[in-house]
Amino acid sequence: MLENYFPILLFLIIGFVVGAGCMVGGWLLAPNRPDKEKLSAYECGFDAFEDARIKFDVRYYLVAILFILFDLEIAFLFPWAIVLEEIGLFGFVAMMIFLGILVVGFIYEWVRGALEWD
Amino acid sequence: MESIGQLFEQIFGAEWGPMLFTLSTNVTFIFAIVVPLLLGVAYLTFAERKIIAYMQHRVGPNRVTFFGISWLRGWGQPIADAVKALMKEIVIPTGANKFLFVLAPILTIMPALAAWAVVPFSAELVLADINAGLLYILAMTSMGVYGVIIAGWASNSKYAFLGAMRSAAQVVSYELAMGFALVCVLMMSQSLNLGDIVNGQQGESWASFMHWFWIPLFPMFLVYFISGVAETNRAPFDVAEGESEIVAGFHVDYSGMAFTVFFLAEYANMILVATLTAILFLGGWLPPLDIAPLNMIPGFIWLLFKIGFLLFFFLWFRATFPRYRYDQIMRLGWKVFIPITIIWIVVLGVVMQLPESLRNSFPLNLWF
Repeated sequence: MLENYFPILLFLIIGFVVGAGCMVGGWLLAPNRPDKEKLSAYECGFDAFEDARIKFDVRYYLVAILFILFDLEIAFLFPWAIVLEEIGLFGFVAMMIFLGILVVGFIYEWVRGALEWD
Repeated sequence: MESIGQLFEQIFGAEWGPMLFTLSTNVTFIFAIVVPLLLGVAYLTFAERKIIAYMQHRVGPNRVTFFGISWLRGWGQPIADAVKALMKEIVIPTGANKFLFVLAPILTIMPALAAWAVVPFSAELVLADINAGLLYILAMTSMGVYGVIIAGWASNSKYAFLGAMRSAAQVVSYELAMGFALVCVLMMSQSLNLGDIVNGQQGESWASFMHWFWIPLFPMFLVYFISGVAETNRAPFDVAEGESEIVAGFHVDYSGMAFTVFFLAEYANMILVATLTAILFLGGWLPPLDIAPLNMIPGFIWLLFKIGFLLFFFLWFRATFPRYRYDQIMRLGWKVFIPITIIWIVVLGVVMQLPESLRNSFPLNLWF
């Protein structure tokens, strides 16, 4: 069973090698003549006004949290979907209760405006 | 195959021989996937420029010949582009975190390629026939986001940072819609294995395309494909690299081969999304009509045909639609796609609870 995963490990390694090989190839073949202006950050011709490590919109954070919640929900739905035929009505109702609770949460965040971007 | 295995055993001994044999066969198969994939990526860029050009009443690249063969005008373009990119300087900005800056493109292309390990090209042609194939693909496509975030952060430029934030939030949002759509596919197929999912779409009657999941799951088919377009940051969802406002998003400061690797990964992901849509909703390698001349064609060809058909839509969308605004993208993902998919899960669940006789009295019997 687990030996089926061996090609995947190999594939990951080869994927890394392909990416790294491209970078090394570029580094070997391309010229490398840096100067101060060339190495400055690109901000449409101006010098950078401030460091890029700045505060950012809290909504990105909110999206990340909501993603964690819903991804967890998907993680629970996957096994349920596969065995739905066997667990029958009881399993279906149980998952509908779970889904209902999450939908209440979803409606709450919708009403509170967590999904608004303006 | 057998004799080569015995040859390995003779050369390397009974202990190392079989091990090295599996290793070398696997590496050969992996290259048999990666090399055509990278060629496909190269020629997808060419196809994109050509097709969009024809849609805009011009001819697209038609000057670079392929080894001087005059009637293949333009076909050398992707190769010329690759050689040019290889010769360009990789500029690493002063403020950048050098290690992460170099690592980010590699981290983007690694999952984009590795996801292909479980893709079945026909009934037998699959490298790793694992049970949790779909879960693995979902995991790999989620990994791609790390490369984007790391690239945007490591560049130490405001544009790159903003582009990376946008791109990550967008990918993550559409990943949810994709995941919910996949739950519906799983309810129909009862398996996470991609080969089993295709086999589950095989029906008895000759009208094979009527048994594919795109009919019972039609809204999910649309949601999945559109989410795939959004997840690969393609037009009309390409605000992350909106060249007219934040120059090029997370890869502003990348040049030469480092940029090309991002580019390759993006196009490889496009082909992956098209392939998955074909496998999950359009019957993978199955012919559209199970009748004499059509079912003689090898399944592999049918899969390629479906992939090409879906990739054409990617290019068509780009030539047709204006770019969405960021708030509209997030609204579509969270307020339209996620509710639709949740409702469809419930509807499908209810239908599956109906007794067999009732299900068969509907025209649904065609579907289940």
